[in-house]
Parts: sequence; C-alpha cells; structure tokens
Amino acid sequence: MRLAWREAIMAFRRSPMLSALSVTTIAFSLFAFGLFGLVALNIRETLSQVEQRVEIRAFIVDGTPAEVTSAAIGDIGAFPEVASATMVTAQQALARARQELGEFNDVFEAGILPASIDVRLREGRRDPATVKAVADRVKSYEFVDDVRFGEEWVQKLYRIRNLSTLAGTALGLTFAAVAVIIIGSTIRMAVLARAREISIMRLVGATDGFVRSPFLIEGALKGMLGGVLALFFTWATNALIGKFVFSAQFFDLKLSLAGVVAGALIGLLGSAVSVGRHLKAV
Amino acid sequence: MIRFRNVTKEYPRTGLALHNVTFQVSKGEFVFLTGPSGAGKSTILKLIYLEERPTTGDVKVSGVSASTIRGSKVARLRRKLGVIFQDFRLLEDRTVESNIAFALEVTGAPRSLIKSRVSRLLSQVGLASKATAMPRELSGGEQQRVAIARALANDPVVLVADEPTGNLDERATRGIFQLLRDINSRGTVVVMASHDLELIRRADCRTLELNHGEIVFDSAERVAAPGSGAP
Repeated sequence: MRLAWREAIMAFRRSPMLSALSVTTIAFSLFAFGLFGLVALNIRETLSQVEQRVEIRAFIVDGTPAEVTSAAIGDIGAFPEVASATMVTAQQALARARQELGEFNDVFEAGILPASIDVRLREGRRDPATVKAVADRVKSYEFVDDVRFGEEWVQKLYRIRNLSTLAGTALGLTFAAVAVIIIGSTIRMAVLARAREISIMRLVGATDGFVRSPFLIEGALKGMLGGVLALFFTWATNALIGKFVFSAQFFDLKLSLAGVVAGALIGLLGSAVSVGRHLKAV
Repeated sequence: MIRFRNVTKEYPRTGLALHNVTFQVSKGEFVFLTGPSGAGKSTILKLIYLEERPTTGDVKVSGVSASTIRGSKVARLRRKLGVIFQDFRLLEDRTVESNIAFALEVTGAPRSLIKSRVSRLLSQVGLASKATAMPRELSGGEQQRVAIARALANDPVVLVADEPTGNLDERATRGIFQLLRDINSRGTVVVMASHDLELIRRADCRTLELNHGEIVFDSAERVAAPGSGAP
C-alpha cells in the first residue's frame, strides 16, 4: 500500500501539467454541479419559508364561551398533523390586520373581524390533502363558523414544490452524469499517458490489483483536490452574488464536506473504470 | 520447461500468425528463434510470457498451462520469467537502480532485500557505477544491460529476449550475448529471437527457424521441412 501511495504521488510530480489539467477539469465539472446545487438549495429554502406560512384559520361564532374554545384548542393541538393551535381574539385579529395592511388602517373598525383559532401544521404535513382533511375536522366543531386555508394557494405551492423537486433531481442527475463522464475521460487520458508504464508493471509480474491501486489513489486525490477547488469557486461566486446582487444561502459544513467526498468518489470511480477498461484491453 | 503442442495463433485483424507449432525446450537450454519478419517469432515469445493465448493447442511454461491460468496466477508466473526487448522498455523517469528495484517492489519484497539485490544485479551486468544514472544518459548496450538486470531481479527460470541486440552495434551485441550466455550457464533457460545470422552461427546453440507461422527447421532434430535449410 505504501508503494501504491508513493507511485500515486510520484505520478503528480512526474506529469504536473497533466495532473493540473485533470484537477482543473474535475474542479470545473464539480463547480457547475455546485452552482446548480446552490440554486437548488436556495429554491428549496425559499419554498420551505413560504410553506411555513400555510395555516388554517377557523373563525369562531360570536359569544362562544372561552372554556369551549380552550378545550377545542387542546383537542386540535393534539392532532398528529398539527404543530400548534392558538386563539386569536377579535382585538388581536384587528391589531394584526392593521399591522399587515397599514395603508387600509382606517377601513378596519373594532368588531369587524371575528375571533379565530389559527392552526399551524407540522413540516411535511402541509400538502393540500392533509391541509383540507385537518380543515374539515376543525370545521366540524359546532362553534366554528367558517374555515379558511387558501386552498388554491396551497395547491399551487405544492405543485411548484413538486415541479422544482422533479426538475432539480433531473438536472442534478444530468450534471452529475456529465461530471462523471468528463472526469472519467480526463482520468482515461492520464491512464493512456502511462500505458507504457502499465505494460512494464505487468511484464515484471505486477498483479492487476497492484497496477490499479496507484491509479485509484491518484483518481481519488485528483477528485478530492478538484472538489476543494470547486467548493472554493462556488463559495467565491456565492460571495460575489451576495455582495452585488442578493444574499443567498451557502452550503453548510456537512454539505461542503459531502461535495469534496463526492469529488473523491467520482475520481475513484472514474479511475476504476478507466484502468479496468485499459487492463482488459491490453 | 516450455512446451508448445499443436499451437495455432490467429489474430482477429492480421490473421494467422502461427500454425500447428509443436516444440519443447528443456531445462538449461539456450534457444534461438529466427526467421523473416512476420514469421511468428514474437508471437511465440508472447505466448511464453502470456501476453497472448493460443487460439488452439496448448502452451505450458514451467508446468503451467496458458490455456487455464487466469488472474493473479498470471502475474505470479510472470515473476518466474524475465523478458527483454529490442527497445529496452525502461521507465525513462527513474534511475537505473529504481528501474531494477521496481521489478522487486511489485512482488512485495522487503526494502533491505531490494537494496542488496539491486546492487548485486548491477555488478552482475557490469553497471555498478551507473546506479543513479537516468536511462537516457546510458548507451544502447548499457540500457539493455539494465533491462537484463531487471529481468533477472526475481531469479527467473526462463529469460525471453525479443531481438535484444537489434538496436546495438557489434561490440555491444557481443557483450549482451555473452551476458545472456553467462545467465544461461547458471541454469536459466534463454529463448532469444534474432535476425542476426552471424551471431546465431557463432553461438552454436539450438535454433528454431520459423517461416509463415510454422517451424521449418529445428537444429535439435536436424530434420528440415521440405524447401528450407539451416540458417
């Protein structure tokens, strides 16, 4: 194994230009993937923020005793889909309306808005079917006059979310496939450049495993370096956009590490395929 | 040590290279393979060091059949064989001693053994003073000596030489041939392909002459095929 590492590191030193070219190609392939990932991440974050606003508002009949609504709030809060159920009095409703719609301040008068129970749903339970089912259950209380949850809006949001997930997965897979193909070709070039060395290794009795191991290490190292470089490019692009256009969210440490590990794995895979094909062919 | 029985080799693109070849090489022999270009000399050598497999027939080297051997066993058998070529096939970016050590490293030999063995091999081929030289700094004859030292690194039972003197002047040729004779005198079988009829005549070793993929003369049998003669 020590020899395999030595050979892999020597390969970098022996052909620095080819190694630099490989690392740069890997870096740019992963950079494109990283940019796409950044866009996908920010769309997902934005949608998730919008989704948090999905709520059911149950308007209460005037004169409903407080103990009845309190008991109902306890019941509703215990539904598995529900994150919270809170009482909003008529006065609180008026204050909220005045705050949200400042320019129409004078339109609202005391008593115009009814009291309500506002129900928020748990993450992952905000799809149209679940929202409607919870709304129907809430509406079944006798003291509930009407229930609003923006049915059409929830459906549209859900459609956008599904569409973005689908497009994201398709584009992500395409970008990943392109990256694997480019990286594989780059590594194949490096393997071909050392075809003579491989033939000599085999001639003196090296096993295929022995021949393969320095290339696998080299591929993984190149992939990892490419990953680090791609992460830097993505970070720099994100920082520039943040400075001149708008502030966007960047990958957390876990995702950043996953990107570098993915680079190493793609490098490893590309090498394994290229060397495997070469060894089979000779 | 080497046995070819009814061996035919056909390449997909270039066609028939060997046709129904049968011969045997015993322990301690020095055998020349000769014949015009394309006669099948290199194919026989490739079949010996398992670069190629016979299309039909059987090749046995050191008791192992080429038809059945697979995977890491091929590598292990190659360690019992030494191979040298006309173009030396040295690793140009490594020193002379690294080139020789490489053949031992791939077998997983310990470092201490590698060092002493490389030094002994360099003395054996007369290049003790060139250990740290790069191949491009050496003459053709010296480069071939390095290739021979590398081929001998794992104490091979068979040394296969494909036109090893083809790129050398007469003096270097004599030196290399003498080295191969010395190696053979220590018990290693040498199978050498050569065009150099003068060298073959002087050497007085067993000679197999090939033409169009067939053995047309074997000096050991002294029976020539019709229409052919001794080299």
